[in-house]
Amino acid sequence: MKKFARRILATTAGIAMAAGLGTAAMAAEPIKIGSVLSATGPAAFLGDPEAKTLQLYVEKINKEGGVLGRPLQLVHYDDGSDATKANAFGKRLIEDDKVDIIVGGTTTGSTMSMVPLVEKAEVPFISLAGAVVIVEPVKKWVFKTPHTDRMAAEKVFEDMKKRGLTKVALLSETSGFGASGKKESEAMAAKMGITLLANETYGAKDTDMTPQLTKIKNTPGVQAVFVFGLGQGPSVVNKNFRQLGMTLPLYHAHGVASEEFIKLSGPAAEGVRLPAAALLVANKLAANDPQKPVVMDYRKTYGDRYKEDVSTFGGHAYDGLMIAVDAIKRAGSTDKAKVRDAIEATKGYVGTGGKVNMSPTDHMGLDLSAFRMLEVKNGDWTLVE
Amino acid sequence: MKRLAMPLLALILLLLPLVLPNMYYYDLVIRMTINAVIVLGLNLLIGFAGQISLGHAGFFGIGAYASAVLPTHFGWHPVAALLAGAVATALLAALVAKPIFRLHGHYLAMATLGLGIIIAIVIRNETGYTGGPDGMAVPPLAIFGHEISGEREWYWVFAANLLLSVWFCRNLMDSPFGRALRALHGSEVAAQVVGVDLARYKMAIFVFSAFFASIMGSLTAHYVGFITPNVADFFHSIELVTMVVVGGMASVFGSVVGAVLLTALPQALAAFDGWETVAFGAILMLFMIFLPRGLVPTLAARFGRGE
Repeated sequence: MKKFARRILATTAGIAMAAGLGTAAMAAEPIKIGSVLSATGPAAFLGDPEAKTLQLYVEKINKEGGVLGRPLQLVHYDDGSDATKANAFGKRLIEDDKVDIIVGGTTTGSTMSMVPLVEKAEVPFISLAGAVVIVEPVKKWVFKTPHTDRMAAEKVFEDMKKRGLTKVALLSETSGFGASGKKESEAMAAKMGITLLANETYGAKDTDMTPQLTKIKNTPGVQAVFVFGLGQGPSVVNKNFRQLGMTLPLYHAHGVASEEFIKLSGPAAEGVRLPAAALLVANKLAANDPQKPVVMDYRKTYGDRYKEDVSTFGGHAYDGLMIAVDAIKRAGSTDKAKVRDAIEATKGYVGTGGKVNMSPTDHMGLDLSAFRMLEVKNGDWTLVE
Repeated sequence: MKRLAMPLLALILLLLPLVLPNMYYYDLVIRMTINAVIVLGLNLLIGFAGQISLGHAGFFGIGAYASAVLPTHFGWHPVAALLAGAVATALLAALVAKPIFRLHGHYLAMATLGLGIIIAIVIRNETGYTGGPDGMAVPPLAIFGHEISGEREWYWVFAANLLLSVWFCRNLMDSPFGRALRALHGSEVAAQVVGVDLARYKMAIFVFSAFFASIMGSLTAHYVGFITPNVADFFHSIELVTMVVVGGMASVFGSVVGAVLLTALPQALAAFDGWETVAFGAILMLFMIFLPRGLVPTLAARFGRGE
């Protein structure tokens, strides 16, 4: 009976298609996009906007007719910010859900725990995590959209050198983000002729960084302070910094690039500089900036739906999904090897993170121009030229 | 019933590969057996010695990182690393437990809570060796020149491991050592009167369960191929204790059932997207209200009364 009904359905679908009623997209087999994100747990501030973005744009693309005449289907799991769980869910996506491509992996740990799986199963994987290790050395099936911590360090040091600051104090968080940032900053400093006179760390949940800052204050010769952290820690640093009456130029990494950072720090954020994607200053971009239409559109679409500010993290998910969709279109199928080759051949894609030019030796495809140097002035971000 | 349970478990493990549709389900069963073995060890401690360890994830973490760090940075053979990790864990457990078991009350819970957190912090911060919070890759495990790889091969390793552990625990319970433990479980004073050295037995069982956890940590690390400090996290310890409580304290098969249930639940609830933690909590509360002694002992008692 069921079989019979299905046959009738298939026939009517066929007739409808032949009649050009345009229901083809919904009758075709969906393209499965798998995702493991840290929508809950300590990394939720990254994973939550990512999950919302994927949901929103998969719906939007389906409404517009899908990809290759097939609807997209998002298969999403929450790893609770636990890399071990990400590994298990990754296996589930590949083996049980049989997804065509994976866009996800909020943290570097989650991503790296899934890398061996996708390499073995040969599934294209676009990661949303930051660290350089994901794409260096290049892994055949693994790509990523966010800027790396190395780029952030390079951008900051470049700006410091422009201002003639070469003797720097580094203060980093002991989280994954901070630890990796510390390593990359140390390497980049040596390469760019920056001397690290002090190298302090703090815990991600610390509520007072006065001891570290006092030590930096008492280190003779320090010309600037560079903080590498995420979440509330850097805001605490800002406050302690002002309380100690320090007036050195203060830099942060790209991880705190959100409106929240200014709100948390209050007046203490004045004059702070950090590298960030264009998304954060969308309405301040020049009208002829190639990224302007993309970031304005994403801001509006996301803001209309969820009534909250966009973050660069959601933007990474947007870029990941769009690169995937673009590659599937160019590959003309969901054949995994063809899609992988198409992702690697991505050229001139303009996303929220910057202009992406992938190559067999570069699976991220962003250069330093993707970062804008921002400064907080009168409680708002301004572009530093 | 009790005599049948062991062959029944063997039969289930033997027949499972016939019905597992794909590697994801293999993986799920493997994770169940891993948890089951750790919980077996932990259950001996909680069920019989009446002591709670809140640091078992720490012991698991030592094993996991021993198997990751020693072969990667020092060129050790994985088997040697596994044993070294297990012995180091046992020594650490003994060192911590020695003064504690001379005292009454739940001091062990406090000490292991601290110990577990310290282990997690060390793993997180020794970035040079452990890769820090982002974790590190683990080299594969090779025995006699054969590299164990793929869920199918690992399944047999973990299935055999579980069967062996269950057999061992049941035999242990029937040995003089086990009888002493059961006496302890019944009444500490009575056990002391008949000459059971409380501190010594409690410590032995604690060290033994830590040893179990460390070995499973090593095997898990090799199986998954990538570990992060989350494995040594405090919440992982809590998860393990919950498995003991849900399955049933002082019950060998309760441990297995608890591990199977609590490993499967989050996966089954994953479809509730966003509500899974709420559902998970609600289910645990229902368990505690209606089956306070744990699943297996409560059902066994009901079944026994019915006869």
